[in-house]
Amino acid sequence: MRREGSPWQGLSGVFLKELADHLSSVRMRVLEWLVVLTAVAALYGAISAIRETTQEDPFVLLKLFTVSQGKLPSFVAILGFLIPLMAIGLGFDAVNGEHNRRTLSRILAQPIYRDALLAGKFLAGLATIAISLLCLWLLVVGLGVFMLGVPPSGEEIARSLVFLVFALAYAGVWLALAMLYSILFRSPATAALTSLGTWLLLAVLWPMLAPALAEAIAPPNVRLQILGLPTLATLEWTQALMRISPSHLFGEVVLALLSPSTRSLGPVFMDQLQGAVGGAPLAFADSLAVAWPQAVALVAGMIVLFAAGYVAFQRQEVRA
Amino acid sequence: MTISGHESPARAPVIIARDLVRRYGAATAVDHLSFEVVPGEIFGLLGPNGAGKTTTILMMLGLTEVSDGTITVLGHDPGREPLAVKRRIGYLPDQVGFYDYLTARENLAYTARLMGIERAERSDRVAAALRRVRLADVADRRVATYSRGMRQRLGLAEIMMKRAEIAILDEPTSGLDPQSTAEFLDMIRELKRDGVTVLLSSHMLDQVQRICDRVALFQAGRIVLMGSVPELARKVLGAGFVVEVEAEAAAGTDLAQRLASVSGVNAVECIARDRFRLTADHDVCPEAARAVVAANGQLRRLSVDEPSLEAIYTRFFETQKDDPEVRHAA
Repeated sequence: MRREGSPWQGLSGVFLKELADHLSSVRMRVLEWLVVLTAVAALYGAISAIRETTQEDPFVLLKLFTVSQGKLPSFVAILGFLIPLMAIGLGFDAVNGEHNRRTLSRILAQPIYRDALLAGKFLAGLATIAISLLCLWLLVVGLGVFMLGVPPSGEEIARSLVFLVFALAYAGVWLALAMLYSILFRSPATAALTSLGTWLLLAVLWPMLAPALAEAIAPPNVRLQILGLPTLATLEWTQALMRISPSHLFGEVVLALLSPSTRSLGPVFMDQLQGAVGGAPLAFADSLAVAWPQAVALVAGMIVLFAAGYVAFQRQEVRA
Repeated sequence: MTISGHESPARAPVIIARDLVRRYGAATAVDHLSFEVVPGEIFGLLGPNGAGKTTTILMMLGLTEVSDGTITVLGHDPGREPLAVKRRIGYLPDQVGFYDYLTARENLAYTARLMGIERAERSDRVAAALRRVRLADVADRRVATYSRGMRQRLGLAEIMMKRAEIAILDEPTSGLDPQSTAEFLDMIRELKRDGVTVLLSSHMLDQVQRICDRVALFQAGRIVLMGSVPELARKVLGAGFVVEVEAEAAAGTDLAQRLASVSGVNAVECIARDRFRLTADHDVCPEAARAVVAANGQLRRLSVDEPSLEAIYTRFFETQKDDPEVRHAA
C-alpha cells in the first residue's frame, strides 16, 4: 500500500519550531553553561600544561583538546561525558511530551505524516547540538590562538572539524536513544531515567564489565599470564565488547583524529611496526582511515536507534 | 465505492462509513458501523465513554487503522490518502492541548505552517480566526494562562483558520461552565452557517439536542439509533411532540375527549383540571386550538415541547433491557 504525498511535508515547520524551542529553553541554557564552564576549566588546564612543555610539537592546537592536567580531565573527555547528557536532555520528552500536553492528535490532524514530526524533532535536536559544538569549537580555537599565540595549521583545523562531525554522530546516537525511550515510555521521567541509566551503564560500568566478560568467553592462556603477557583472544574479545559502547567508539575516534601519532586502535605486533618511525604523525587521510570504522559504527548506531523509534512511533496509537 | 467528493451535488454525503470495524486485539472498539453524513449538517455522535466515538473519529482522520469495512471522507480513503483528507478536515480533540509556553498567536502560526498556508497569508488568517472566536485581545498571552473555555475556542479558531469543510469536534463542551458552553455552541452554529459540516461527539444529551440536526447513538461500538430527534422520539417513545394545552372548558363539555379526537393525537393526559398534555406524531397546535375553540373553551396557553433526547435515551435502554433483539435490529 503506497501512501500519497510526501513524508517530508511539514518537516521544515516542525524543525524550525523545535529548534526555536530548544534554543530558547531553560533546559538548554543550563546544559550550555555546564558545558562551557567545564570546557573552559579543562582548556585552562590544557593551556597551562602546554605552556610548561618546551618540546616542539606541530599539533599544538590539537593538544588543547586532548591534554589533561592534574585532576582535570581533558576537553574531549569532558565532551564525551557531556554530549550524551545534552542529547538526552533534548530528546527524552520529544514524543511523550506531546502526548502529555495533548498536542499530538491536534498536530497529526494537520496534513503531515508522522515521519515529518519525528524527523523534524530529531534534526532540530541535532542542529541544536551542532550549534553548541560549533560555538565550543570556536571558543577553543580562539582561546588557543589568544593564549598560546600559535596560529593553527590547516591540518589541525581539518582534523578538529572532522572530529566535530563525528562528535555530532555520537550525539545523534544518544539523541536517537532518548527519543526511542520517549516513544516507548509514556512518562518523561521514566524515559529520562532509562536514558541516563543506559548511558551510565555503557559509559561507566561497561568498561569494567567488558574485560571480565571477555575473560569468561576467552580465558587467558596460563603460560602467557605467568610471563605477564596478555592473550590475544582475550584482548580481542575485550575490545570487541568494549566497542558496543558508543562512548568507547567515540574515545577511539578522538584518539585517532586528535592524536596524529595513533597508528592503530587494535593490538599491534612488533613485526608490524618494523620500519615505522616511532611517534611520527600519520597523514590526515591515514588517521581518518583509522577512525573510519568507529565513525561508521556511530552513524549506523544512530540510524538503527532512530529506525527503531520510527517503527514504534508509526505503530503507536495517538489517543491519550 | 467511488464518490465525487469535491464538486459534489448538493446532498451527496461527505462521509460514508460502511461496516466499519476496529479491533484492538480481541476487543472490538467499533463494530460494523454504517452511517452517512450529508454536507452542511450538524451530526451528533452520542453515547457513553468508551462506546467507540473517538475511535470512529480517528479512523476518519486516518490516525488509526481500519480493521474491516470502508470509510470515505470527501471522496478519499483516509487510510491511503490521509493528507488529502486532513487538508480539508479540522479536528478538535477531546481536551485539546496547546504549547503552553507559546502565545495563542504562535500556536496557530505553527499549525498554519503545518497546514501549508502561504507565508504571506498566515498572519492575516491567524488574526481573523482569533477575532472570530473573540480571543484577539489575549492573542499575545501565553496559552498557559488560558482557561479551559478559551483553549476550546482556540481549538475552534484553528479549524476556522484551516477553512475546513468538515469540523470534527470531540467532546468540545465537557468541563465548560454553562456560559462558555452556550458561547461555544453559538460558534458551532456559526460554523454551520458558513456551510461547514460539523461532527460533534458528546455525552451531554441536552446540548446535542440543542444544536444537532441528526444524531447517532453509540453503544458498545455500534450505532443503535440514528436520525433526527423527532424521528427518534417517534421510533422510541411512539410520539414526536408533546403539546400542552391550558384551557377552561365550557360547562358540560369534556375537553379531554375533544382533544383526543384531533387527528394525529395519540394520547391525552389530564394534568390538572384545566391542563392537558397531548402526545402527537406531529405539531398539533393549530388543530388543538381549533378543537378548544369549537368546544367553546377558553384557551389560555398552548405550548409545544419536543421530547428530550434524555427521555429517548433512557427509554431506549429500558426497552433494550427487556428485549435483547432490539440491539441487533438497530
